[in-house]
Amino acid sequence: MITYITLEQAASNIMANAAIDIPPDYRKGIEQMATTEKGNLSCFVLKTMIDNWDAAAEDRRPMCADTGLPRYYVKAGNNAQVEGGFIALEKALRNATAQATHDIPLRPNRVHPLWRTDNNNNVGINAPEIDWSFEPDVSWVDITTVHKGGLFGTDYRMLFPGDGIDGIKRFYLDTLISFGKRGLACQPAIVGVGLGGSKDTCMVLGKQAACLRTVGDRNPDPKIAALELELQTLGNNIGMGAMGFVGSSMVADCHIEVGHTHTGGLPVSVHTFCLSSRRATARIHFDNTVEYRTDPQWFTPYIRRETPSWPN
Amino acid sequence: MAKLTDGFETVRLTIPIDAQELAKLKIGTIVYLDGVIYTAREGVYTWVIENGHKIPTDLAAISNVNFQCSPAAAIEADGSYNVGGVTATASFRFAKWMKEWFRLSGARVIIGKGGMSSEQYKELFVPAGAIYLTTVGYGTGALLGRGIQKVRQVHWAEELGTAQAMWIFEVENFGPFIVDSDLQGSSLFEAQGALINEQLATLYEGLKSPSLSRYGETDDRCDELI
Repeated sequence: MITYITLEQAASNIMANAAIDIPPDYRKGIEQMATTEKGNLSCFVLKTMIDNWDAAAEDRRPMCADTGLPRYYVKAGNNAQVEGGFIALEKALRNATAQATHDIPLRPNRVHPLWRTDNNNNVGINAPEIDWSFEPDVSWVDITTVHKGGLFGTDYRMLFPGDGIDGIKRFYLDTLISFGKRGLACQPAIVGVGLGGSKDTCMVLGKQAACLRTVGDRNPDPKIAALELELQTLGNNIGMGAMGFVGSSMVADCHIEVGHTHTGGLPVSVHTFCLSSRRATARIHFDNTVEYRTDPQWFTPYIRRETPSWPN
Repeated sequence: MAKLTDGFETVRLTIPIDAQELAKLKIGTIVYLDGVIYTAREGVYTWVIENGHKIPTDLAAISNVNFQCSPAAAIEADGSYNVGGVTATASFRFAKWMKEWFRLSGARVIIGKGGMSSEQYKELFVPAGAIYLTTVGYGTGALLGRGIQKVRQVHWAEELGTAQAMWIFEVENFGPFIVDSDLQGSSLFEAQGALINEQLATLYEGLKSPSLSRYGETDDRCDELI
């Protein structure tokens, strides 16, 4: 059985890993962009960010002081057993959030939306968010934390089937240009595009596409994979780079996730995960051994299943 | 070894920065700072300007640099501080307080994210003799955290919370920042944006408009939404 103390310790560790250590896939993507960026200001920004990641790792301090809205994604094996049950797991994540906010420290960003009161620990009503998924035939639990800023770079629109790929491209460009000006989106970003589902699912899929897939990863559907690459190229041809300066460094990668949707609609959402793309994952095995990584491996064949039963 | 700032004009300034030094700054110059800075954003602006609380009496004497940011920091039970880093927040939404803030605080340098419009610089900053420095990235929290030598004081932590309180930092070689607005109210962001705007129309060529429009939104991609 997975013990409470293991869960809380693992959650604390990934909070620090996410805040301090830039994932290697994203770093490699930005280093590659820095070699091809011709805009001198945009290039300066990229190289400064690489310096900043080095400083964060050397000093063990957060890479960005807007430590975002820390949140969690849990994937529970169908055969996993947790001491105290999944209520205890949620308690461990909330406690780890409060403790990490003090210990790392993180910025206590979470306030009441109306009263603006701050518990000073990033815990509050519906905070941190915990998304759940399941994995068949295994007994481990994966916990992933994502620290993403929350003000700019995301938008949603209901398109219609006749608007087609043109409509998706226009909305994608609109979002990148409007939030890319002055660098509000903190690009170059991992851009997540949610297509379909109900409205809320569309937002969730796009957000997860941005935050839970790595640079270089492709959707298993070859036509969607081709559209991902096409949108990446389109974004990098806007003429805009880091901070909205002249350049070509806008989209470190583009990830699309789809959900079956209303027959009359084509909802689309666009999300930008920033120059501090902070994510970290722990796999907690049944025997309480823990493995750490930066690829959440969230989108499994089981998550993307299309049939009533599993396996088919 | 090549330095990051090779090819850019780079200056290191001591705070309080006097008017002659500010007058020399050109948009696009890279800046590092030494001295004392303080944080103030919507929490402090509302507290002081709208609720009428008094600014700390010695503020103008020790610093004329207002960093629009919150630190990643903790206030310990014994009253000591643990500061990890600082990262700016987007400045456009603070323009409405700037005129009064310049008058009350004596600030001459605003540091933030993304700047404001050149109209706002000309209307608010130029008469106050103030300039705007943008942070780089964004999110150089660790580099800026290294530049903080000491927390001198924290005002209104109880009333405004850790993120919105006024933190007063002693800093050394604190940067990099980029001059967005000079004393004439020019804007680097707008100059760069204008170059990008020239190409935008071609991106949309051949892409048909969506069948359902939206009220009240610009359809001109050259517009800024701030």
